[in-house]
Order: sequence, then C-alpha cells, then structure tokens
Amino acid sequence: MRLTLHQRQIIWAYIFMSVALVFFVVIRWYPTILAFNVSFRDWNVFEGSGPWVGLENYQEIWQDAGKPRSSVTAAFSNTVRYVLFGVPSQLVLALAIALLLAQIRRLSAVFRVAYFAPYVTSAVAVAFVWNWLYQPETGLINQGLDLVGLPQQPFTKSPAQALPSITAVAVWQNLGFAVIIFLAGIQQIPGHYYEAARIDGANAWQLFWRITLPLLNPIIVYLTVLGTISYLRLFALVQNMSPQGTGGPLKSTTTVVLEVYREGFSSYKMGYAGALTVLLFFLILLITIIQLRFFSRRVEY
Amino acid sequence: MKRSKLFILTGALLVAAMLLAACPAAVPAEAPASDSAAEESAMADEVIEIEYWQYNFAARVDAMNQLIAQFEEANPNIKVVHNADIPYAEFRDKIAASVPAGVGPDVATLFYGWQSVWIDSGYLVPLPEDAFPPAMVAEKFSPMVQASFVEGTLYTLPTAVRALALFYNRDLMEAAGLDPDSPPATLDELRDQAVACTQRDDDGKLVVQGFVADPSAQDHHWFREVLVRQFGGVPYTDDYSEVLYNDEAGMQAWNYLLAFHTDLATGDRDLFDGSTNAFVGGHVCFHVDGSFRLGTIAKNSPEMNFGVAELPSHNGVKSTFGSYWTHGLTKKAAADQARFDAAVKFLQFITSADAGALWVDIVGELPAQLEAGSNPELLADEKLGAFAAGLEYSHATFFADESQQRQAIIDSFDMVVLTDEDPATALQIAADTDQEVLDDFWSSR
Repeated sequence: MRLTLHQRQIIWAYIFMSVALVFFVVIRWYPTILAFNVSFRDWNVFEGSGPWVGLENYQEIWQDAGKPRSSVTAAFSNTVRYVLFGVPSQLVLALAIALLLAQIRRLSAVFRVAYFAPYVTSAVAVAFVWNWLYQPETGLINQGLDLVGLPQQPFTKSPAQALPSITAVAVWQNLGFAVIIFLAGIQQIPGHYYEAARIDGANAWQLFWRITLPLLNPIIVYLTVLGTISYLRLFALVQNMSPQGTGGPLKSTTTVVLEVYREGFSSYKMGYAGALTVLLFFLILLITIIQLRFFSRRVEY
Repeated sequence: MKRSKLFILTGALLVAAMLLAACPAAVPAEAPASDSAAEESAMADEVIEIEYWQYNFAARVDAMNQLIAQFEEANPNIKVVHNADIPYAEFRDKIAASVPAGVGPDVATLFYGWQSVWIDSGYLVPLPEDAFPPAMVAEKFSPMVQASFVEGTLYTLPTAVRALALFYNRDLMEAAGLDPDSPPATLDELRDQAVACTQRDDDGKLVVQGFVADPSAQDHHWFREVLVRQFGGVPYTDDYSEVLYNDEAGMQAWNYLLAFHTDLATGDRDLFDGSTNAFVGGHVCFHVDGSFRLGTIAKNSPEMNFGVAELPSHNGVKSTFGSYWTHGLTKKAAADQARFDAAVKFLQFITSADAGALWVDIVGELPAQLEAGSNPELLADEKLGAFAAGLEYSHATFFADESQQRQAIIDSFDMVVLTDEDPATALQIAADTDQEVLDDFWSSR
C-alpha cells in the first residue's frame, strides 16, 4: 500500500497523539469512570469491590447535609466562598499588577520572576511559611501589627478569619500565573488603537475601559474559568493550614475535596467519597458551562 | 522508506508497550494474589516469606529489626520482610492503596483506635483462639488490651502499651517559687500550681503558661477517661455503645478542663501550635502526655529539666488513659495457610513478655504483658515509673472512629473558646455527635 506524503503525516500525527491519549485514558478517564462506579456502590477499599447500592450514597450525603453543623454543608458552602472571595480578588489584583508591569522597562524581568515564583512553589511549603507568618504573638504579621499599635489577629485560629486568611494565601500563590497571562494579553493589543483614541481626546481612564478591558475579555474569561476550577478543587493549602488538617476551626475552612479525602482515607467510606467527587464534578461542569456561555463575547474593532 | 517503516514499527511498539504497562491497573487484584499464593504453598517446606508493616518511627523500626532478627534465628524457615518506610501521616492511605494492588502486609501494626474501621472493612481477620486463648490474654495482658476484643472476638494484640502521666518543668516551677519535688498530686493542686506558675508580661501576654488545655493533644482522652471518672461519672457504657459523659459529673469535668483556658487563663493552645510543642519548647509548667513524648523531648530538648508524675487524682479516684499500637493479621495472610501459620508464629513472638521487655528499653513504651510491666526496676524508673504505675488503673476507650470522636470533643471545646457557646450546650453537642458515630458503627454490625 502506498501512502501519499500527506497521509503519512496524518498517520504520524495520530501515532504521536496516541501517546498522550493513552496517558489520558489510563491516568485521567479510567479513574474518573471508576469514581462514578464507586459512587453507586458500598465500596470496600480493602476488597476493591462492593455491592451496588444505587443512590444510597447520594441519599446519605443529602441526609447529612440536613443535619446541624454538617461537614458536607460546610464543605460546599466554604468551597463556594473560596471561589467568590478568591477569583475576583485574584483577577483584579493580577490585572492591576500586569498594567503596572506593562509600564515599566527597568527590572521588569525581576518583578515578573518575583510574582511568578509563588506559583511554582509547592503548596505545602507555601502553607508552612504562611503558618509561621500568621502565628499569634510570634508571627511576623502579628509582630508588625504590634509595632504599629494595632491589635493582634488570630488569623487561621479563628472561625471568622480562617477562610479569608487561607484564601489570601491562595490568591498570593496563583497571582503570578494570572499576571503573566494578562501581560501577554496587554502586549497583544495593537498600539495604534491607543494612538487613535488619544488623538480623539480620550483620557487614560477611557483608554482602559474602552480599549484595554474589552480586548482582554477572552483572557478574563480564560482566567475566570481556570481560577474557579482551581478554587473549587482547593485542598493542599487547607489540609496544611487548618488545625491538624481537619478543615477547622469548627469546619470553617473545610472544602469538598478535603471531605472527600477524609471520608475516603480516614473513615474508608469510598462510596460516600466517590459520590461527593461526582457531585463536585457536576458542580464544576455546571459553573464552567455557565461562565463560558455568559462571559464569552467577541470584541472586534 | 525502510527507515520510516522502522519508525512506524517502533511507534506502534511503543504504544503497545504503554497499553500493556497500563493494564495491570485495570486487572482485578485477585488474579496476581492467588497466583503467588499457589506458588508459595507449593514451596511450603522451603522458606516462607511474610511481610510486616509499621509506620516510620526510628526507635520502633530499630526495636522491630532486633525482634525480627531474633525470630528469624529461631525460625530459619520464615523470613520477615520489614516495611517501615511509610510516614505516619500516610500510613492508612498506603495500606488502603496496597490492597487493591495485591500487595501489602501479612502482619500490620495499627493504632488500636483504628481497629473498628479496619475490621469493618474486612481487612483484619480474627486471631486464632488456639494460639491466642482469650483467657490467656485476660490474665497476662494489661486490662486495656480488652479493647482489642470486638464482640468477644480478639482481632489484634500489642507488644507495648502507653499511658498518660503529668509532665512538669522543674525549672519553671522553681522560678515560680513552687517546689519541683512535690508536683501536683490532685486536680485542685494542679489548678492552683498552674495559676501560680503562669507569668505574663506588662502587656498581659503569656510568657510562661501554667497549663494549656488542648483537646487536640491528649486532653480529649484526659477528659473522657480520667476527669469524667474522677468527678464521679463514667464516659460510656461498658460496651462503649452509649455516651454517658453528658451528665452532671461530665459537666464538672468539662468545666474543670475549660477553666484553664477561660477563667484561669493559664495557657493558650494557639501559641506555639499546641500544648505539646509549647511544653517541649520549655514554655509550659504542666502538661498531660504519654510515655512516647519522652523520646520527643530527649531528641528536641535534651537539656530540659523535667519530671513525670502520675496523673493528679481527685476524690481519691486515680485513672489514666491507656492506648497502644497493636498488631493484626490481614486477609492477605489468611489467604494462604502456610503463610498464615508463619504470621501467627511471628505475632506470638512479638507479643511475648520478652519482646515487651526489649521494646521498653528501645522505644520507651511499657510492656503490654503485666509480668514485664510490673517489673520493680521499671516502676522505680524516674521517668517511666509514673506511666508503669498507671497501667493497673488505665482505661482504653473503644473507638468506633477515633478521628471523628476526637474531633467531636475538639469542636465543642472550640465552640466555647472561639464562639462563646454555652459550655453545657457544647458538651451536649459533643455527646450527640459522638453518639451518632457510635450508632453508625453498632447499627451496621
């Protein structure tokens, strides 16, 4: 059989892509499908199987959610709060920093590295450092507050402050990535749009609202979707910054993924954990679809 | 053309290899396990290999290596593979992950509080009665080991046990004008001395903490098994199926514990990340902890001038909380008779009185067998004596799910100190949550 050059190229493309496909099928899809399967079973982790119980695990979650001081309810409502606090602050801060970085010539590489470094640092290391910073009395932040005469704060030790404190660390950690993407977007906006607008008498504020922001829309959508997904899956920071990794104090910082982990690997209730995972999957899917549908609009000049 | 055929071939092979490599993940665990089981029984006359797992803790690893060496010398046809590379925090995850993979231990060491969950999930098999008669266990082992019987069936047995005692920092006591040779012997003395030992600076910040109430350390055990009993109550019914600490006695015990944080303010568990770190760092006068902490102090604060006394009594009642790391036989061992017999032999050896005596020297935990535990030399030991003395009046809580039941006490303590919840309401919430965990466990049996 003789193949044309074009056909051979296509075959090669498929062969190379199949490597990635195998990876996705084995490492991503198979466990995902398994998680769906597990969520309908009374899964025994030690036997690697279990009887089919239909929607029982989901019913149990529903019942647990109705109880007072329920971990499940706390996990879902906290997770939503992480998104609501985290994503907007991350976007606004990143955009502001990117706009400033786009202005400067000197040392801009140094600043970019400084902002990006936390993103490539392990969440566990970040959590440890911030735990020290947040420490009552001896922590750097509280000593700073002392110095300027402000009262000390409990941060992660208080049910009211713990979630915002951890969100702040997550924002700090993810900021660098958003800044770099924004910078790339800003630099792609053609300079003559601004020149033309200036000739028409537009001020800096108008330039930002009428040109920069609309043209950054695809990037904002992209960062919103990615950011939302990452906050919905928040785990490592909470596991390492809450007391004994329990999502406390008083369940104030627990997340859905943390509950999945605790149910699955501490209580060995894999079916229940699987059902929680599936619920989180659909939550992420739903929110992502909504975001893509409502925030995506093409802007052309 | 030849070259490109070669490329295609290599590419195809590569893909096939990756698919093959990925396959075992999808194959049920049974297949490889039964294969190797058949193989092993075929060579029963030869050396039988069993696997033993514990979490990584240097002194335990060292002690177990010595025991294994002795055991293998006495039983040349059994080889014990010792896996102790797993950090404590990951131990349960690794066990859970090992089973579907068809690997894992024949004999595993677990915290006694995890037994119910492990038994419920079918991971542990009962210990054979001929090798471990219940009467022998009742007679020879510390009474707390009764917690290893679930509905009359013995599932695990320990080498060593631990008890709680009162650690005191002699230098801080002296600095506060207290006599380090007479540490608190009663709860009232503990309260008074803790107040006397507490030092604050001009801004009112704690410099020396007298006593830090910290339920996430050992104080949740101290509350349930010690304080409640000393105020005249019992924490649970005898079969640990019903919570009883939400009564008048429990309330007094609860208030006694809370007062260290609220009214007396002798300490704050948020400083130095908890009472244990604070004591080891030399910032706390009195601290309730287990014998295992002796090793931590020796390693991190070898200079510290401290003593250990029996837990303070109250109303003439002495009590302490006992706990232990215990060894169980897994269903992997049970799958093959020859290996099971070898595992039983090994378990008998490491739970013997001699093994306990070796263990106390290296690890600092007390022998689980009374004969070795009541050794006069041990009772006279300056540090270990207080723990050894506690063995005869110790209670080990039977946990349906240790982490959840512990969390119930921690959360209720937090409600009072962080959100100003009424102490009685908070204790009732702890009891309700605890009861729910117990009901869950007992109803599924």
